[in-house]
Amino acid sequence: MIPTGYYLFVSLALFTIGVIGVVTRRNVIVILMSIELILNAVNINLVAFSRLVGSVEGHVFAIFVITDAAAEAAVGLGIIIAYFRNRETLLADEMDILKW
Amino acid sequence: MLEQILFYFFAGLAILSAVLVVTAKNVVHSAVFLITALLATAGIFLQLHAEFLFIVQLILYAGGIMVLFVFVIMLVNLDVSLHQVQFNRQWWLGLLLALVLGAHLVIAIAVGRSGLPLGQPAPASSLEPSTQLVGRTLFTSYMVPFEIASVLLLVAMIGAVVMAKKQRREVGAKQ
Repeated sequence: MIPTGYYLFVSLALFTIGVIGVVTRRNVIVILMSIELILNAVNINLVAFSRLVGSVEGHVFAIFVITDAAAEAAVGLGIIIAYFRNRETLLADEMDILKW
Repeated sequence: MLEQILFYFFAGLAILSAVLVVTAKNVVHSAVFLITALLATAGIFLQLHAEFLFIVQLILYAGGIMVLFVFVIMLVNLDVSLHQVQFNRQWWLGLLLALVLGAHLVIAIAVGRSGLPLGQPAPASSLEPSTQLVGRTLFTSYMVPFEIASVLLLVAMIGAVVMAKKQRREVGAKQ
């Protein structure tokens, strides 16, 4: 039997790697992928605690998180396609139309 | 014993491929490593007696969402981005702050561990049969969030179509 703390540390590692990806990468698609990693880490936490207390509600919340991830990926990638069509770039630090 | 080996295998695979997602230069490689990380997470779900989530993770995440990502990667220009610097100028500051955040969370878990009842998990039989229990909970206690999630998906679908479609009239007016 693996202690719940171990799952928390795996989730923590995935979360931190995802945050590193969001703040250091320039490519918007990779930033979106890092957000997926973060959501995945959250799911591991939810399911691990669900296993700990023996209730299935954590699974339900994980399903909601997956639904949100799907919606976020669809909208985010739609924005990326629209932006790329207009500006021909995918780099987050070149997206500065609002800055002058 | 087998349980420990499987856990370390899946955890190591997930963390290793997550690191490769962030560090890979080519976006397609990032996507492939992300699929590996998601599959490893699915394995962790299976170990936690979440069979339904395991299947959902495989079909929806690794199957659906990643296909979407790969589609978009193929739609946008790949050759240009291969020659660009992939990390932004303040990457060292971001890395430092993210690591500080991670260390903070490690300390929080390590200190708070004694206060949390992390020792004795409930018997695995309380989560069986997984799919039936998830379905019953989803359609009784969480009926309203479930319906709201369906509306959210509809809004996201319409939003994605509206944003990704070509706006011919405006382009014509500008030219």
